[in-house]
Amino acid sequence: MPDMSPPEEAQGPAVLLVVVVGLALAWLVAGADRFAVTGGPLRSFVEPVRSGVRLLLEQRRTTLAPDRLLWRVGCVAVPVLALLSLAVVPIGGQTLWSTSADLVWFNAMEALLWAAVWLVGWGPNAFHALTGGYRFLAQGLAYELPLMFSLITVGVAAGSLRTTDIVAAQADLWFVVTMPVAFVTFMVTAAAFAFWGPFAAPVGPDIAGGVRSELSGVDRLLFELGRAVFLGAAAAMGAALFLGGGSGPWLPGPVWHLLKTIAVVVALVAVGRRVPVLRPDRTVEVAWMVLVPATVLQTLVVAVLLISGFYPG
Amino acid sequence: MSGDVGLQILLTVAAGLVGVGLFGALSQQSIVMVMMGLELVLNGVLLAAGAAWYFIAPDLPDGQMLAVMALVVMAVEMAMGFAVTVAIYRARQVDMVDAARDLRG
Amino acid sequence: MVTDLSGWAVTAVAVLGVCSVACGIAVFVVDSMARATFALLASFLAVAGVLLVLDLVYLAVVTALMMTIEMAIMAVFMIMFMMNPAGLMPMTMVHNARGSAVAGAGVFGVLVGGIWTIDWPVRRGAVPVDATRQLGEAIMGSHMLVMLVTGVGLFATILAGTVLATARGRYDRFGADLTGAKPDDPIPGGLPR
Repeated sequence: MPDMSPPEEAQGPAVLLVVVVGLALAWLVAGADRFAVTGGPLRSFVEPVRSGVRLLLEQRRTTLAPDRLLWRVGCVAVPVLALLSLAVVPIGGQTLWSTSADLVWFNAMEALLWAAVWLVGWGPNAFHALTGGYRFLAQGLAYELPLMFSLITVGVAAGSLRTTDIVAAQADLWFVVTMPVAFVTFMVTAAAFAFWGPFAAPVGPDIAGGVRSELSGVDRLLFELGRAVFLGAAAAMGAALFLGGGSGPWLPGPVWHLLKTIAVVVALVAVGRRVPVLRPDRTVEVAWMVLVPATVLQTLVVAVLLISGFYPG
Repeated sequence: MSGDVGLQILLTVAAGLVGVGLFGALSQQSIVMVMMGLELVLNGVLLAAGAAWYFIAPDLPDGQMLAVMALVVMAVEMAMGFAVTVAIYRARQVDMVDAARDLRG
Repeated sequence: MVTDLSGWAVTAVAVLGVCSVACGIAVFVVDSMARATFALLASFLAVAGVLLVLDLVYLAVVTALMMTIEMAIMAVFMIMFMMNPAGLMPMTMVHNARGSAVAGAGVFGVLVGGIWTIDWPVRRGAVPVDATRQLGEAIMGSHMLVMLVTGVGLFATILAGTVLATARGRYDRFGADLTGAKPDDPIPGGLPR
């Protein structure tokens, strides 16, 4: 098996590496996000750490007759799924967990987020939280298919679902050149599955914070951390799938990948924070009438290019 | 598996899923719960197909195809089940199979 | 039949197998509809885990993906249609439980009898290097007809499901003589029309 995952004895450090990278990405996303919102000083990069520590110490409050089991499962699942999706992102030329279907794995972790977020909304037995959960499912129906098509476009061009193969296939030409629609769709859907920026309706202030309205203390920290890690993992994945991952002159691969990830995060935050929050019932029609045909056409173009021998290998 | 009974053990687990699912599908009154029973039966089929592929003929894709078919059948069953539930609820505000007894031919 | 599953893999399969059946039983035991739905999801995820150990990565993650989305939608329907969705009071909504139990146990017994008495064929071939590629090449090659028929079937399902589930037709949207310039929808949708 052409396995790019580290050998058995290196699994422990590799897991630690993924966790550290995940936390760093989350900090980057949260800091950049706060910087864009406040337009403010560099102190915005300290603020996420400060509020994280505060949440860690905060006492947990609860509601009347919550479904405690499902609530806790949902809260823990959000960051765990985010880290698991990061496990197939190539870091320094290898992934923690290399399968023959990395792209589907990434997609599946994001799909499991549907269940996790709905559970977080269902658990506290509260009206606004459940409304947020339903909003997320409605939004999920909108973004899921465009996300799948944009991922599979990459798989078609690389002839493999393995992320390390995909990065290797971009040695000559970054995929973003031939699949800009897929790249933009991927970044938009990334914001949607982290329900951040214009897709923050599930946690909107109009429903008192929605899914997270009853979360406090560690639960809230896990939930917010999971969202940030998801967004950071999606940015790292976007950099690997469309921007050539670690390829670039002079600097070592991981540095290039980091720089590209930072660029993607900055672009995402700069654009995403300038768009107002979209209503989920509006996004569904746009997704199905515009994004799905656009991504299908994008896949068709890539398939034709592949047959004509445009992509090497 | 360690020895030569891996296939039998996994198929027994699959048979357990089929049995539990059949019990649910036959005993539940709500249409949605009946669907969940059927899903469990298909879950057993999925497991059996994967086990058969691994332990009988991993060099042929047929076991995997059978698993794909099980997934497709699940999707169809689910979509049609929801559609029928919505349709019958809209027509007569019921979601129980007993209340739809007159649909029997 | 000598296979190449290591010790931890055997343990994982055993634990996941027990989990899948236990969660399957829990579906019909718990009172809360949300818990029943997610017990079913746990059962699916356990089976996906077994498939993962059996080197069927693609099938495992596709199972997890499809079933999670299905169960999230299922949860919405459960809450919508079932009384007592949160299981705050005990309830039973069953008919002919004894007969069903006998049927379920009977089928299980017959299947187990068959499983342990049949002379299973000897394993042929080895696990391919890339099971995903094997499946993909089968779908696009020797087994293409299966996927073509499946695709048509799924498309028919989409149409039939929509027709069954929606109460509004084109006369509701564009008027009795179909002359409406803009569809009259209860929810306007996102595109300007």
